[in-house]
Amino acid sequence: MSLSLDEVRHIAKLARLELAEGDLAATQAKLNGIFGLIEEMQAVDTDGVEPMSHPQELAQRLREDRVTESDRRAAYQSVAPQTESGLYLVPKVIE
Amino acid sequence: MIDSSLKDIAAALRDRKVSAVELATESLARIDAGNPKINAFVTTDRDGALAAARAADERLAAGQGGPLTGIPLAHKDVFCTEGVLTTCGSKMLANFVSPYDAHVVSLLKAAGAVMVGKTNMDEFAMGSSNENSHFGPTRNPWNAGKVPGGSSGGSAAAVAARLVPIATGTDTGGSIRQPAALCGITGIKPTYGTVSRYGMIAYASSLDQGGAFARSAEDCAVLLSAMAGHDPRDSTSLERDSEDFGRECTPADAQPLAGLRIGLPKEFFAEGMEGDVRAAVDAALAEYRKLGATTVEVSLPNARLAIPAYYVIAPAEASSNLSRFDGVRYGHRAAEYGDLNDMYCKSRAQGFGGEVKRRILVGTYVLSHGYYDAYYIKAQKLRRLIANDFAAAFEQCDVIAGPVSPTVAFGIGEKSDDPVQMYLSDIYTIAVNLAGLPALSHPAGFGTGNLPVGLQLIGNYFDEARLLGTAHRFQQTTDWHLRVPAGF
Repeated sequence: MSLSLDEVRHIAKLARLELAEGDLAATQAKLNGIFGLIEEMQAVDTDGVEPMSHPQELAQRLREDRVTESDRRAAYQSVAPQTESGLYLVPKVIE
Repeated sequence: MIDSSLKDIAAALRDRKVSAVELATESLARIDAGNPKINAFVTTDRDGALAAARAADERLAAGQGGPLTGIPLAHKDVFCTEGVLTTCGSKMLANFVSPYDAHVVSLLKAAGAVMVGKTNMDEFAMGSSNENSHFGPTRNPWNAGKVPGGSSGGSAAAVAARLVPIATGTDTGGSIRQPAALCGITGIKPTYGTVSRYGMIAYASSLDQGGAFARSAEDCAVLLSAMAGHDPRDSTSLERDSEDFGRECTPADAQPLAGLRIGLPKEFFAEGMEGDVRAAVDAALAEYRKLGATTVEVSLPNARLAIPAYYVIAPAEASSNLSRFDGVRYGHRAAEYGDLNDMYCKSRAQGFGGEVKRRILVGTYVLSHGYYDAYYIKAQKLRRLIANDFAAAFEQCDVIAGPVSPTVAFGIGEKSDDPVQMYLSDIYTIAVNLAGLPALSHPAGFGTGNLPVGLQLIGNYFDEARLLGTAHRFQQTTDWHLRVPAGF
């Protein structure tokens, strides 16, 4: 399997990563090297094998529905690039 | 004093032969002198360390100190530290001063350990050489032209150079064991779920696990015992009581390992291991036999698929985890942009380095419409087969031993342009993460260029105490772990 330049452009768009046209070919070559490695997986028959997501097979824990955290908005917003009146600022999205 | 066992340092503190302030001052002075040579620290926190040391001294004076009270330590910069820069080795977080502590950081603060600084790492823990850091590569204390391994390379180099006696790390595919091996120290990754991931910046959540670095297994046990424990803020944290992982680090008699069966996976010894690594590993195994252990051949037939499976699972989870870096709530935002989408794309392109971007792209692709079953589910099925292999092997043995890395530390720049070559350096460590097993690396001798070689011991689930006890017995009759690189 190998990715075309258009596919590289497409996944960069999905991943929200700006990719300069000049870097496309080098990115494609490195990604295709990695996919060459990954393809070795396909040689093994895994029919009927149960996928494993966690070694201890935990069930999702639930907790009581009550307030456990205090309001730390000012501390958390102190690390934001741009805030105003307790709100995060982003470029205008609705005209 | 830094180059002593934790037991000796703790005894000196308890007997008031040395104060925590003196120890912190010694560690900071060693960092000032040694760090310019190896770039192991991104941040030192002199004021915070001295304040914590004064508090530790008061506690010790009141007779309320524990085994870590007053001990200087360094945290890998993947752990959030309130009020202290937490960069994760990335430009994305180059100015991020965390507003909260990771669970591990809170636990070690409560134990009275004195954090002197934050250590360098591969960006977002993605790498095997520490060259993927925004803050420049960490250098191996044994040879400044060589890598220290990664991704916890800064922590491993800091302990190897005796800048601190202990340090934390994380291991997603070998990121504690491989740098421990390449720097000639001891490092352990426990069973997945033992150490809380809360406040540990996420890379691949189903594999990431915190762990410990120290000179010896006995000292690793002290640190790990303080780091472990259930935390409801991590949904994969195991509900187990805390335990003393050092309980088997007891004094040795003549045949302390009599009855211990060590499994040697034939696939690990077949090919790929360099001759100098092989010689050191064989000599270490001979020492284990002298201590009374027996060795038995075992097989991990699917271990060769660990790297391909890992490079689906880890990038898939990374692409999801790293989507939080959007230039809105924290982290880098581009100076100039058009609309919101352009702000995302430019901020992320500028904030992430090359390897992080590659893994995000691979992960985005394997999770994209129509490919999920062929890649992510397929990789999770292989993960099951790999875990089954280990389960079968542990029916024939108590611990598994093998190499950590196929080579001693390689040169800075040697593999940095070829991701696939870099990935293959983790061939002996990745399967353990996929299975979620505990494993450690301890010094086993030296190879070409007087560079350290590590031996890997892999245990069954929750067998950390046995692994550490086994390595401790080895360290009672060998002195590889006491060697210090020249100039430190």
